[in-house]
Amino acid sequence: MTTVLLFIFVVVGTSGWWLSHQRLGSKPWLESGLDSVSGTDRIGLPKAKMGLIVFLGVAGILFALFTSGFFMRSEMADWKDVPLPGILWVTTGLLVLASFALQTALRAARNGELSAVKNWLALAGMVTFGFLAGQSLAWQQLMGSGFVFNGNPANSFFYLLTGLHGLHILGGVVGLARTMGTAWSDASIGKLTLRVDLCALYWHFLLFVWIALVIAMQSWAHDPFIVSHH
Amino acid sequence: MVDIQDPSQPIGPLEVQEVELYHAHSFWTKYVFSQDAKVIAIQYGGLATAVGMIGLALSWLMRLQLGFPDLFDFITPEAYYQFITMHGMIMVVYLLTAVFLGGFGNYLIPLMVGARDMVFPYVNMLSFWVFFLAVIVLVVSFFVPGGPTGAGWTLYPPQAILSGTPGSQGLGIVLMLVSLSLFIIGFTMGGLNYVVTVLQGRTRGMTMMRLPLTVWGIFTATVLALLAFPALLVASVMMLFDRLLGTSFFMPSLVEFGEQLSYGGGSPILFQHLFWFFGHPEVYIVALPAFGIVSDLLAVHARKNIFGYRMMVWAIVGIGALSFIVWAHHMYVSGMHPYFGFFFATTTLIIAVPTAIKVYNWTLTLWKADIHLTIPMLFCLAFLVTFVNGGLTGLFLGNVVVDVPLSDTMFVVAHFHMVMGVAPIMVILGAIYHWYPKMSGRMLHEGMGQFHFWVTFVGAYLIFFPMHYVGLVGVPRRYPEMGETLFIPDSVHFLNSFISVSAWAVGIAQLVFFFNIFWSLRNGKPSGHNPWGATSLEWCTPETPPGHGNFGDELPIVYRWPYDFSVPGADKDFITQDDPAGGLRTEGST
Repeated sequence: MTTVLLFIFVVVGTSGWWLSHQRLGSKPWLESGLDSVSGTDRIGLPKAKMGLIVFLGVAGILFALFTSGFFMRSEMADWKDVPLPGILWVTTGLLVLASFALQTALRAARNGELSAVKNWLALAGMVTFGFLAGQSLAWQQLMGSGFVFNGNPANSFFYLLTGLHGLHILGGVVGLARTMGTAWSDASIGKLTLRVDLCALYWHFLLFVWIALVIAMQSWAHDPFIVSHH
Repeated sequence: MVDIQDPSQPIGPLEVQEVELYHAHSFWTKYVFSQDAKVIAIQYGGLATAVGMIGLALSWLMRLQLGFPDLFDFITPEAYYQFITMHGMIMVVYLLTAVFLGGFGNYLIPLMVGARDMVFPYVNMLSFWVFFLAVIVLVVSFFVPGGPTGAGWTLYPPQAILSGTPGSQGLGIVLMLVSLSLFIIGFTMGGLNYVVTVLQGRTRGMTMMRLPLTVWGIFTATVLALLAFPALLVASVMMLFDRLLGTSFFMPSLVEFGEQLSYGGGSPILFQHLFWFFGHPEVYIVALPAFGIVSDLLAVHARKNIFGYRMMVWAIVGIGALSFIVWAHHMYVSGMHPYFGFFFATTTLIIAVPTAIKVYNWTLTLWKADIHLTIPMLFCLAFLVTFVNGGLTGLFLGNVVVDVPLSDTMFVVAHFHMVMGVAPIMVILGAIYHWYPKMSGRMLHEGMGQFHFWVTFVGAYLIFFPMHYVGLVGVPRRYPEMGETLFIPDSVHFLNSFISVSAWAVGIAQLVFFFNIFWSLRNGKPSGHNPWGATSLEWCTPETPPGHGNFGDELPIVYRWPYDFSVPGADKDFITQDDPAGGLRTEGST
């Protein structure tokens, strides 16, 4: 449960930092009127972005929990690591590229360069489909070499973690499609910027998760001498 | 990552933007697929109560068996296991969690923070309908061949999916896991709304430190739930794969009826860690909203400001954070390393500190207060007593050496029913009597309320107090009958029958409550906007029940905290949060 406790520690830290800005030490019973308080002290973010950040917290702990389970299960005697197919390095590169494309699209949107936004969004979409295709190719290669889902817990976890990550990417693709719809319609640049912003944040998050998963699946990372439990 | 507005900067009046509200026109979009948090709240609360009635009926059947073991042939041991399993799961997840967060959360958060609705109304609507689907799947499991799962509400593997357990070979366990997964997905949609509405939807002047404690409780509980329920999702998904696709996440090598199963190497303890990483915060997911609501009800009905508001906020947040590092105190008998037991016992007992602060503060709120013994106040007092009782036995069970002999006895059953069964239900009932006038515009009938309260309160003690003794002499939980067991004295059999009769009486008294709810809709005394003289924003709406958009043309502006009761010099004994002048009181005289 080390991974998930680390994650909880980060969440508690962030919440604590935010709470520390909420004047928790004030004496509300002595302060009436509007002058004595700082207005609404809401976070200066659009609601949709705040919603996404909270959602990423939930998705984050979901991956942290699966990873905790992965580490704990990997200490059992019957564990045999899956040899990661080489194509995963290609897909990792594609995901980095997608993240980069969306970040560039965001910068273009902030500068009001609509055609650049469209180009980078299209690139991000194509590269993301490339990522998903690469992942399914990796699955096929592994299954072809006899690493079936219920053969060994290492296999089960490999398909489970990559599958869950792929599902999250697929969900992101829906959001990306809607963003592209906004870009190709005549919606306001402000709305478009927000949507691109959300996509970029989501892709960065899934890139981070993917890299963490790839690291966790290296045999040195889940060596029982490094990760302890009980 | 997150920008905070500089507290020293005053905020202009235009800072609160108007939200675009979805305006429903047809019956379907107004009352069925509604995006109005108040309608969703009633849908959530109603469905949770309905499924809770199934849970209640199951407890009656269990009590029939325990009180009169040889009388009812249709209650086989298998059926009994199914009753306890479904009773536990329904009550903890589908009733308590759904009522507090989906019900009270939806109704009260937008009204109390001064918002027109939740920030994502469409997602909020989806949340209810996914919950609805989860309930359907749960109920369907009663009717599939083999019946629902009988694995115990903790669903421990390997037994949960082995053929000796009822519901393991048919669809019972599968539907349970699918239903839980749906519930979690639906809850996450709602939870995002509750959190972001508190963060971003507050009206002008409503700082975090001016929020009613109800909102603090529901907000913190929602954060806990968003972080804890995924653990149950992970456990459910992995067990589904073990059951359906033959993986061995949790399943060790097993020989079943002389036959070697294809499972091997899995870790049942891993499931326990995941389950209780959800399961312990779950206690506080239920308790924190109850803490918040009881604080507000006590202040209103005792006409006094809540004692130690700041401390109450800190305690809620502190309990929330601590609740994530105590889960293994449910696993003392799983063979864990003694140092781990020591660690988890310590963290468990540390939680008693903020919790005790809250109990002291409630008591001190009542000290020399103008206590009105209204029905909500009665239920709050019942909560206080019950929570302290249940909390004290928690101190027993939190210590490893005391827990080991008491583990899996009826003592544990009595403990958790007191602390997270009876206590939160008292708050829910009190809260319904308190907010029913706002939801319907009418008061609930006082006489029926008195009857309901006294039978429920006294009855709950007649049920659960003797159960401690039954557990102390060693009667294990989850046994359909004790038969001729040497260490069980006759008095236990008598107590068991007594408890069963009490349980039936308390259950039947709830019918009076439901009758009251429906009867008062038409015949109750009109309540007006603010029958209790309360201060928080939900009592300041121009219409009762509040209309679509809650606050008419203009959102309220908040000038004070929600506990200005019996302020010296004011013309009334309460000052609402949106009152700039505060009666006759001169500004700054505090």
